[in-house]
Amino acid sequence: MKRRTLLIGSAVATAGGLALGYVGMAAMGSGRGLPASAAAPGEAILAGWVKIGEDDSVTVYLPHADMGQGVGTALAMMLAEELDADWPRVRTEPAPGDARFANRFLARGWVLQNRQIPALFDGVIDTTFGTIAGFIKLQITGGSTAVRFTGQSGMRITGALARMMLVDAAAQRWGVPAGELSTAASRVLHAASGRSLRYGELAAEAARLPLPSQPRFKRPGDYRLIGTSVPRLDIPAKVGGSAQYGIDVRLPEMRYAAVLATPRHGGRLVAVDPAPALAMAGVERVVSLPDAVAVIATRYTTARRALAALRPRFEGGDESLSSERLFAGQRAALESEGKSRVAIGNVVQASVDGRQRVDAHYQVPFLHHAAMEPMNATAQQAEGRFSYWGGTQNLLWARSELAKLAGLPLEQVTMHPMPLGGSFGRHGLPEMSNHIPQIVRLAAEASPHPVKMIWSREEDFAQGAYRPALSSRVQAVLDADGRPLSWEQRYIDTAGRNEAFEIPYAIANQSIEAVDHPHPIRTGAWRSVSHTQHGFYTETFIDELAHAARQDPVEYRRALLPAGSRLARVLDEAARRSGWRSAPPAGRARGIALVESFGTAVAHVLELSLSDEGVPRVHRITSAVDCGRVIHPDTARQQVEGAILMGLSAALGEQITVQGGAVQQRNFGDYPILRMAQVPPELDIHFLASEGPLGGLGEPGVPPVAPALGNALFALTGLRIRALPVLPQLAASASARRLAKATTS
Amino acid sequence: MNSPSIATLELQVNGTRHRVAVAPEEPLLWVLREDLGHTGVKFGCGVAACGACTVHLDGQAVRSCALPVAAAVGHQILTIEGLAAAQGGSGKALLHPLQRAWIAHQVPQCGYCQSGMLMAAAALLAHTPKPNDEQIDGAITNICRCGTYPRVRKAIHAVAAGAFA
Repeated sequence: MKRRTLLIGSAVATAGGLALGYVGMAAMGSGRGLPASAAAPGEAILAGWVKIGEDDSVTVYLPHADMGQGVGTALAMMLAEELDADWPRVRTEPAPGDARFANRFLARGWVLQNRQIPALFDGVIDTTFGTIAGFIKLQITGGSTAVRFTGQSGMRITGALARMMLVDAAAQRWGVPAGELSTAASRVLHAASGRSLRYGELAAEAARLPLPSQPRFKRPGDYRLIGTSVPRLDIPAKVGGSAQYGIDVRLPEMRYAAVLATPRHGGRLVAVDPAPALAMAGVERVVSLPDAVAVIATRYTTARRALAALRPRFEGGDESLSSERLFAGQRAALESEGKSRVAIGNVVQASVDGRQRVDAHYQVPFLHHAAMEPMNATAQQAEGRFSYWGGTQNLLWARSELAKLAGLPLEQVTMHPMPLGGSFGRHGLPEMSNHIPQIVRLAAEASPHPVKMIWSREEDFAQGAYRPALSSRVQAVLDADGRPLSWEQRYIDTAGRNEAFEIPYAIANQSIEAVDHPHPIRTGAWRSVSHTQHGFYTETFIDELAHAARQDPVEYRRALLPAGSRLARVLDEAARRSGWRSAPPAGRARGIALVESFGTAVAHVLELSLSDEGVPRVHRITSAVDCGRVIHPDTARQQVEGAILMGLSAALGEQITVQGGAVQQRNFGDYPILRMAQVPPELDIHFLASEGPLGGLGEPGVPPVAPALGNALFALTGLRIRALPVLPQLAASASARRLAKATTS
Repeated sequence: MNSPSIATLELQVNGTRHRVAVAPEEPLLWVLREDLGHTGVKFGCGVAACGACTVHLDGQAVRSCALPVAAAVGHQILTIEGLAAAQGGSGKALLHPLQRAWIAHQVPQCGYCQSGMLMAAAALLAHTPKPNDEQIDGAITNICRCGTYPRVRKAIHAVAAGAFA
């Protein structure tokens, strides 16, 4: 069987309409490849991700979570473009958490492109071509994959195949060659006779036709939707208050749960006296979990109040652990040899030949995702079935985990995926999903009632799965002209596969080593994953080298980048757009940084000044982005705006600190997230005209922000930022305040 | 441990009178969400720090997560669900000018904080029809993790300039 046929699936007829059934699953012998609930009479499922109604409505099933990135609109556009669908009739629905919606196009995108597979998916995919471990669990949102893999490999093919089948159906009905027919706005047209048929009239017949083996795509010059900024489909509900998130689920006879886990990560619950909670009206149960205590009550506020009345005793974890100790331990660990990641040339010989050595130590703190929707989950276990309501970036994994923990066969677990009120990676990896075992146990205790568990914001902070706190030491040797002869680096490794340690600069002798330094604090993927720390290390250090060589940071970088590469292009574009060659206004300085991640290159030039109190004021960020063809210019811009502001927020003031083995931050009051007043007045974002492979957009805007900020601060004050965040350091630095006064007076 | 005493309170929400039996000190947020179904009002922090729960009390923006429900008795409560109708129209056809500006400028990303943002902006414009940037900074202290701030600012200025009158 041809691989493509296997991937796309075959047609299935349903009562009153046609269904191009989902998946090669039908061909693979699992019966009808159609989710039973998906098509009603009068509707047809076309090639899995699209459903066409007799009324011409087109419903696109989204295999990715909506967590704010506008991905639904972009994916629907890619399908509707190839389908030639009438856009106002196009709607989206979340794909059910069902194996038949497993996202084989994600896997295929990785396999065929044979490039950077986001580490987020390690463990579910075996990168050897053709053997995709846990194939069935791929319904994941993350790694900036939606448009470039699902869209390119899945949505466009599905739309093109569906259009061809509709054309074939019209050709049969009219007895004319398919080649004489064209399509536009959900109609098949026969120009010679002036006849036309609506897609809704043809859907049932189309479903009975064989699936074409080879999709025919439009020429980009014929695109009508791609490249335009059609309004996002999700926005009207979000301005009217009717958009429903997991936390908004309301079910008959629903109970509420509040939970408190051991503040010390890695600890466990030893004992709790439930009496004070059980004495309160409305409290139904006190539940002891391995590392937490929970209260189930008829009201959420009752559960919260009752939980606060308990005095649970926790033990374990590492009471001696603090951020200071962790960083000191990392610094010591970096003195020892690590696992070699890059070994090019001979760094020892380069040391002998060189004229100048530059040596720097960097560190970055734990960061919290701090999505605006606190962690929550709703579930019901009754009559041998388990139902789950909530947002997840990894739907099919969550389903199989819920089934395992509930002790039920997979078919008995029903997922109701909900949009996420932000996520940024928090709902990505299995090891980050510390709410999942909690809700399974609570559903069993509350059974047969459904139960909604909501973490307090304090719990959300205390029980995060943070961007890890990490360190790196980098050394380089420069020749007489200031060019780097060698780059020697050791970095503290992360739990998952690190995909960001490589440097983009052409340096003949390189040694890059990863050093393990485990600790019990829960960590995971945070928007742009390992690029957050490696972008800071690499782009700060290259700036240090440029200054050590007394060369312009832009010229210095360009000499080390492959000509014509995406990075070289965004470097030049950002420099040009920011007026890099002209002096900044008095009292201001600029810094530049550039990082390629998830297939997209981004350069930021950040222009800032300092107040008399030593507080930076960012006036302008000029960005150049090369992500290949832009599908939806406005959502692309939204993603870069959001990435810049999240990166700036983190670099300025965010840090999770640990004391006594527990996280110290409790709420937004001690975790300063950027607010309106701190937003740079100018975000000047430019997308390069580009025809290369599609890159992601959710994440790549983040990594260059922190180093651009630090590099600008160095240019202004001479104070080199080697640790994040910057605000506490500037406040502590008398010299920064003096310099600020000197530059502003 | 004593359980709080339950009282029957009368609330005016979006022009409709409701009677609820709750503890008077319970935050207004949870009564609006769980008892009255106004889930557009969001829980973000519980300590009046983030603004996701912003509603109007007699036209003033207040953070309902830290306001005892008893303190709202006798006042007109307006939530995001009532913002459009408060313009004198009803149904989806007549949105508040800010809501139309929010759509035109494609402001929301995840959308979770946007109810609170809109309510804070509506209260600002009701008192300061043409705010400058500093006044916007002072009134819009809500947190948006997605970073929609630049578009929020643009949309407010557009409404102030009469673009959505």
